[in-house]
Amino acid sequence: MTTTRRIENLIMTGLTCLGAAIWFFPIYWAFVTSIRSEDRVVSDEAGLIPDEFNLGSYIDALFNTQMLNWYLNSIVTSVVITVVVIISGMMCAYAISQLRFAGRRLLYVVVLGSFMVPTQALVVTQFILMDTLGAINTWTGIILPQLIVPVVIIVYKQFFDAVPKEMREAVVLDGGGEYSLLFRIYLPLNWGITTALAIVTFIMSWNQFFWPFLVVTTEDMMTIPVGITQVNDAFGVFYARLMSVALLGAAPVAIAYLIFQKRVTEAVMISSGVKG
Amino acid sequence: MAMLTNRRKNFVVAMSLIAPFVLIFALVFLYPTIRMVQLSFTEGPLIGQGQWIGLENYRELLTDNLFYTSLKNNGYFVLLTVVPTTVLALLIALAVNRLSGRLQAVMLMIFFLPYILPVSVVTMIWAWMLDFQFGILQPVFAFFTGKPVPVFKNPSWVMPMVAVVTIWWTNGFNVLLFIAGLRNIPSELYEASALDGATKRQQFFRVTWPLLWPVTTLVLTLQLILQLKIFDQVYLLSNGGPFNSSYVLLLMVYREAFQLNHGGYASAIALVLFLVIVVVSVLQFQLLRAGGKRQ
Repeated sequence: MTTTRRIENLIMTGLTCLGAAIWFFPIYWAFVTSIRSEDRVVSDEAGLIPDEFNLGSYIDALFNTQMLNWYLNSIVTSVVITVVVIISGMMCAYAISQLRFAGRRLLYVVVLGSFMVPTQALVVTQFILMDTLGAINTWTGIILPQLIVPVVIIVYKQFFDAVPKEMREAVVLDGGGEYSLLFRIYLPLNWGITTALAIVTFIMSWNQFFWPFLVVTTEDMMTIPVGITQVNDAFGVFYARLMSVALLGAAPVAIAYLIFQKRVTEAVMISSGVKG
Repeated sequence: MAMLTNRRKNFVVAMSLIAPFVLIFALVFLYPTIRMVQLSFTEGPLIGQGQWIGLENYRELLTDNLFYTSLKNNGYFVLLTVVPTTVLALLIALAVNRLSGRLQAVMLMIFFLPYILPVSVVTMIWAWMLDFQFGILQPVFAFFTGKPVPVFKNPSWVMPMVAVVTIWWTNGFNVLLFIAGLRNIPSELYEASALDGATKRQQFFRVTWPLLWPVTTLVLTLQLILQLKIFDQVYLLSNGGPFNSSYVLLLMVYREAFQLNHGGYASAIALVLFLVIVVVSVLQFQLLRAGGKRQ
């Protein structure tokens, strides 16, 4: 490598790091604010460098709000959504991919079509439905409309299509039916894609704002993304507290992401179809 | 006979496999869609019966100034986000892709991290950074404009700033798609073109860009659909204000249905939004695909 090329490379890397630093700044600043005392946050001496380590507002946020309740609601609803979406999607995709039955083609077209449909436009009548079912302000109400994730079926179908047909024969000779084929052959062969889809579904439902915001009106039934906006109203402008609440709300998924970074990025790539 | 029972058995198995999805789909997707169309022809409240009024809601919509304001704001927001985020994501992906090892992993992590935050966390952090009195970014505004700017209370600043926040939040997803696209390009193509004496610039326009076009199409389409559906950020940052300058269609649906109790009218707006998104995304996808073929 020539010297000019090396310098060019160095400058490019430097610019990338600078960009990343700017990109990271909001999260850094939220953290610095959250560990300051309220007085310090709004004083003139508050600089860019952390100068206090005060966990008071975190403790305050955890125990003087309904934060723990919201965690529970978020965890329960997201886990149920993930499990149901994965299992129902896997079964449906298996039928579309491996069985021949009347209406198979139509079903797949419907799945593909609903992938394009903006579910946000359905909230009015979904809300009316939940009211009829008596599901306003319940976990059921939060969960039900989030159970349709067509992309899970689309991805599973592609992966099931690619499983060699010979794999079926051993099970069929043993007298096993379609269910044992699915759970003994097709699912174990596709564990990777299953975890990927589960990760994406979980993050999506954990971060869901619009629907839980509509279907829940009592503070104790709120999920994390909706609940933390209430703290804003209750406390007025106490920024250290607000930033503690925000970071606590972000923490579970963010920490999971930091641990399973590669898995998460791969999961996102696979479920958007850019990587097989 | 055995053949027939066998076939019937197969049918029953297939039905049992698709039943969970199909039943949920019919309940929370198909039925609400049909109800939405139905409701849009009535003057009903959110909960309760309403009278059939034919196309009256749609007629009213066409004379509703707020509808045109919302439509215009939706369009403006799409302009402010879709292409800028795509270009930015491509640049970041190219920059990150030329790094290697740990440094690359860290850079990718930083650019992707905002995407996994709940929207309310994002708006809380930015509302604090842009706070009129104590916001860390106000000195920057003061430097360029001479004084601090109450960005979410100023009609000409509000949409661009919501766009900035949105891009910061969602850009990581697009970066990831572009990186996947870049990794799918066989390295032999670069080696071959380098042997032919191609410059870096030529390599980009002759190899990278054409091969990246399918991913670019995907990013543009997904972004367009996503940004047309904007609600959360606008609701949380400016609540449609000031003077309706950030009022968007989904916010109008929300206000009409859940605050003004106009179930019928809200359904009509929702149906229009529904159709706008479907038509625009199908059109755009076809256009971009045609564009890709010509290259």
